[in-house]
Amino acid sequence: MADIREKEQTNAAFDQNYIDETIKADQSSKAKQFVKKFLKRKTAVIGLIIILLLIVIAIIGPSLAPYDYTAYDYDHVLEGPTAAHIFGTDVYGRDIFSRMLVGTRLTLGVSLSAVVIGAAIGSVLGLLAGYYGGVLEMLVMRSSDILFSFPDILLAIAIVAILGPGIINVLIAVMVFTIPSFARIMRSATLAVKGSLYVEVAQSLGCKDSRLLFVHIFPGTIQSLIVNFTMRIGSAIMAAASLSFLGFGANVSEPEWGAMLSVGRSYIGIASHMVYFPGLVIFITVLAFNLFGDGLRDTLDPKIK
Amino acid sequence: MEPIVSVKNVTKTFTVGKTLFGRPNKVVHAVNNVSFDIYKGETFSVVGESGCGKSTTGRLINHLLIPDSGEIWFEGKDISKLSQNEMRPLRKDMQMIFQDPAGSLNPRMRVEDLVEEPLLIHTNMSKAERSKVAHELLEIVGLSSKHAKRYPHEFSGGQKQRIGIARALTVKPKLIIADEPISALDVSIQAQVLNLLHDLQERFDLTYMFISHDLSVVEMISDRIAVMYLGSVVETAPKTVLYKNPSHPYTQALLSAVPIPDPGHQKERIILEGDIPSTINLPKGCPFAARCKMCKPECLENKPVQKEIEPGHFVACHLF
Repeated sequence: MADIREKEQTNAAFDQNYIDETIKADQSSKAKQFVKKFLKRKTAVIGLIIILLLIVIAIIGPSLAPYDYTAYDYDHVLEGPTAAHIFGTDVYGRDIFSRMLVGTRLTLGVSLSAVVIGAAIGSVLGLLAGYYGGVLEMLVMRSSDILFSFPDILLAIAIVAILGPGIINVLIAVMVFTIPSFARIMRSATLAVKGSLYVEVAQSLGCKDSRLLFVHIFPGTIQSLIVNFTMRIGSAIMAAASLSFLGFGANVSEPEWGAMLSVGRSYIGIASHMVYFPGLVIFITVLAFNLFGDGLRDTLDPKIK
Repeated sequence: MEPIVSVKNVTKTFTVGKTLFGRPNKVVHAVNNVSFDIYKGETFSVVGESGCGKSTTGRLINHLLIPDSGEIWFEGKDISKLSQNEMRPLRKDMQMIFQDPAGSLNPRMRVEDLVEEPLLIHTNMSKAERSKVAHELLEIVGLSSKHAKRYPHEFSGGQKQRIGIARALTVKPKLIIADEPISALDVSIQAQVLNLLHDLQERFDLTYMFISHDLSVVEMISDRIAVMYLGSVVETAPKTVLYKNPSHPYTQALLSAVPIPDPGHQKERIILEGDIPSTINLPKGCPFAARCKMCKPECLENKPVQKEIEPGHFVACHLF
């Protein structure tokens, strides 16, 4: 009898150890699986590498620049790419490569902050609309519909036309057209999470609305938020560059990529490198964010292997 | 004896279809003029088949749903017309355990935070005090405090339900509404959780409202039982009376369907014909009339009211 009891106890101990080990394995494998799944998407990995590179350049760019980005050099005006100036020089003999390195911070900074602010406002509106419904939901969603009915760039031009040119106004314009997409996505994500049992449970426990919203509902919506976020950065960079190109954005003397492209347009016949390099970098940056966003969406989607 | 909960003529409908102008034209009658009392310290079970309104009744008492008409008294106070804000302090005394243990735990919160949440809402305890209570309760429900830092997905179904039970107990409630707390668990775990619930009742002086469709489970734990059919309570009686002397034809049919684990046992089963009537177009008379062998013309015309046929034994049937 005692034997059996002892055996049972060792069995129980063994079971508990076994359960503990499987739990541990499960915990670490979740993060590992995510990384593994993401690494399978080669284009997304390339996108991520480019993004990380750009961020590094944005931080330390100015100290990497081989020339002073404002230094005039009338001996080397409108020169094509050479060993000394790998992206060539502009109409004042300034080194385009240095200007682009310095301008990374400005270009990425404007787009990123526009998307961050726009995402914050849009998400809160979407969250509240989805949670409370009723008049608020109708107001938020119908206003988004109105904003959605304009092509992005047209809306941005209209806003800058009203506010006047300038880098801050470009930021505001890009922010405004970022809001509705976040409001829409957050509303649908909120509705999905709101219907789940644990939210009803939280309500039965006596949670206040604010706790329900930010502790129970919001964390469940972050996934769709992140994906939309990376995708919107690409379009924000494009919009900010387009506005600068059209002359609404940064002052032409500033090394913003879109503004550089805009200046280069006048010399496209005699010095096409002034257009190629800023254009190429904008193209690669937008592409990198889109590829990364696509990959992230696929990785987070449990239905795609 | 004072009832802790008193449900009086409660009706709840859900709109499922609207006309072009927004007037409801299709209404599901989920709970239809239901009345019963739950006394302090007892286990009151509500049984019935799927869709008979038993879960809706639980949610009505917990104020997750608001009745269309009727009153719900909790500890001498009508709570049916309170706003969510007025209801919040009362939720401390009334906790709920849910059917789906996995779904009822927020997957992004640690066990510790889940169990502490009611304390965070209802008390001014410090983090350390809350944590102490949570760890004690995890031990009481048979988990160890080393599990506290883990996430719900790391536990089995039975363990998750124990977490849900621990959470319900943290604020020392008087009433626990258990909505099919064990039907998602396998049989050996069911017994464990039932024993746990029973021990906790003695230890913390709890009152249970136990919602279930499993008659053998209900027989094991209940003091009194209400049988629901199509949104109405057809019979209410103490357990022993109900199992010995089921009076409503529906109760008789229901009890005859309880499986007995004895292959030699031959039992006469009452097989019901037909389907449950639609809850959208409720029958005019007795809700059970269409499937009842003893149906009289009167049954099709008038809805029977509850009659006390012996002390504590109420039946809603024209035969009595």
